[in-house]
Amino acid sequence: MTARLSADGLTLFRGERLLFQGLSFALNPGELLLLEGQNGSGKTSLMRAIAGLIEFEDGDVMWDGRPVRLNRPSFYGSLVWMQHRVGFKADLTLVENLRFESHLRAQSDEDFDQVLDRLSISRLKRLPIRSLSAGQQRRVALARMLLSKVPLWLMDEPFTNLDRQGRQLVMDVTTEHLDRGGMCIMAAHQDVDIGGNVTKIVLQ
Amino acid sequence: MTNEDSSVGLMSGVLGVARRDLLLAWKRPGDILNPLFFFAMVAALFPLAVGPSPEQLQFSGPAVMWVAALLAMLLSLNSLFLSDFEDGSLDQMLTSPVPLSALALGKTLAHWLTSGLPLVVVAPVVAVTFQMPFFVTGYLMLTLLLGTISLSLLGSVGAALTVGLHRGTALLSLLILPLAMPILIFGARTVSLVAAGDGAAGGLYFLAAYAVLTLSFAPFATAAALRISNE
Amino acid sequence: MWKFIHQLASPPHFYRIAAKMIPWFMVPALLLIGYGTYAGLFLAPMDYQQGDAFRIIYVHVPSAYLSMMAYMVMAISAGIGLIWRIKLSHAVAAAAAPIGACFTFLALATGSIWGKPMWGTWWEWGDPRLTSELIMLFLYIGYMALRGAIDDTVKADKASAVLALVGAVNVPIIHFSVEWWSSLHQGPTLIKEGGPAMDPAMLYPLLAMILGFTLLFGAMLLRRVRTEVLFRERRTKWVNELVLSGGK
Repeated sequence: MTARLSADGLTLFRGERLLFQGLSFALNPGELLLLEGQNGSGKTSLMRAIAGLIEFEDGDVMWDGRPVRLNRPSFYGSLVWMQHRVGFKADLTLVENLRFESHLRAQSDEDFDQVLDRLSISRLKRLPIRSLSAGQQRRVALARMLLSKVPLWLMDEPFTNLDRQGRQLVMDVTTEHLDRGGMCIMAAHQDVDIGGNVTKIVLQ
Repeated sequence: MTNEDSSVGLMSGVLGVARRDLLLAWKRPGDILNPLFFFAMVAALFPLAVGPSPEQLQFSGPAVMWVAALLAMLLSLNSLFLSDFEDGSLDQMLTSPVPLSALALGKTLAHWLTSGLPLVVVAPVVAVTFQMPFFVTGYLMLTLLLGTISLSLLGSVGAALTVGLHRGTALLSLLILPLAMPILIFGARTVSLVAAGDGAAGGLYFLAAYAVLTLSFAPFATAAALRISNE
Repeated sequence: MWKFIHQLASPPHFYRIAAKMIPWFMVPALLLIGYGTYAGLFLAPMDYQQGDAFRIIYVHVPSAYLSMMAYMVMAISAGIGLIWRIKLSHAVAAAAAPIGACFTFLALATGSIWGKPMWGTWWEWGDPRLTSELIMLFLYIGYMALRGAIDDTVKADKASAVLALVGAVNVPIIHFSVEWWSSLHQGPTLIKEGGPAMDPAMLYPLLAMILGFTLLFGAMLLRRVRTEVLFRERRTKWVNELVLSGGK
């Protein structure tokens, strides 16, 4: 059986620098792929490349057995990601930002309030993103992931700026996602305590 | 997992982005007003430089106002994708299930509504100072209406190519001005012809056809350029 | 056939082949330009309207033609590079731009020199061809400025390719609009260059010059692409070996 998300022989350059060569992985429902490595080892670049934002020098990422770059709409319909820059409009409120994204994904927002409650950001609903702290903004980004209900989560350093409680929340939410049969690729430079099927890739 | 492969239709994607950008513009009215003031000021430079002779002003009015409008559009184009690039929402747009060209078109639509259309509305006020007759002003507005659509579309390609580059503003002008010359030629000359008592149909047809042409390729070029610039 | 193209697109192979091809362009180019120059200056009869001043068309017309031709080469190879991801193709586009810009400048300069005795002025806005050439020069400048502003070669290749393609769509429109624009007022009457009524003694040197300039362009392009390839591949093994062996 082919994996839902797989890659074979990936090679990536950043400018003149070779980040990695011949990298392969496979990811199936319920599995977590953990990317480890020091700063500058190419975790973020690898993640951006998997998301199709940078081109691999060689090799292809396959989604359901088809190369992602030939099949963007289906792949992007199944993917949501959290990265260092959260990607919200600072002048719009929390609700306006999330509503815009759910509009693009044509998703229902019946559990909207429930998700905000769970992440304890309900009382920030009407505030512009600009006035939220960095940690609160990360929680809104987490809300985006929960609301999207897509199978593949990409999380680049999801614990940055979060307090102990927030970090635990990320791990809980991710574990639940995997239990529901979701998949996750996570880049982190700290210990991650998530049960289940974890594969590690260590970038030099 | 239920929601796979679902996304809104193309048109809905276009309008969704346009609505978000209009909302943003509403919260920062200065971004709309600055290019308009710029337009009025550039137009005011010419009488100051040329002198107050009414004949001369009437003669050069259409040209001056078109050049001023072109520059004002350029000024507003610079920030079209800049904040999206800086706050990471461009990454989110690039990985959205809605095709990027639809999102690019939505942003361009919002740009036109907040910079092209206001220019058309303000133009008569400036035209009065150039002693432009009423019916000529009507044609000026019509050519600006058609011309600014193409300018927004062409400009979005340039803005996408230069987003994230240092000194992008000057570069954007270098890329877009030569491409925009046909719009300027037909826009300004058509108004001059009307002022001289000739017909305007040819020029208007050209501007309309050019708007359709740019509409057919610019969103795709902008999408390609955004992917490249964001690498 | 496909295999041949594929082989040619590999940088080391191209680098070798191009070196062998350059003389095949350069020698006929020099012969044709030599003949064209001599025949154009001494054998062609004087124009009954323009006198000797017309002889500048032997440089002006080929340059103007090549300014278009180079843009086409640039846009097409940029498009091929963008769609089929052929790096060599991007190198061709990058190499063609400055040559095209030079020919455009030459066309502008000769047009302006020709205009002085004809129109009594160095620059005549009423002439659509000069105005189009000027916008053409601006297009080249924009293309090269974009390339220069992006540090990463791969990114610069792709971004400038998009610009070249958008520009290529616009070039015919720019020409058309400039024609329309200049037809609105009675400008100086233009002499149809290279029209059917031209004396063969005037025409043949012109054709020789056009062909000669085109071949010269080919030779210059090959030379520049070789340099471009060498620079882009500077970290690879074959370039290192080439340098260590003294370029043999």
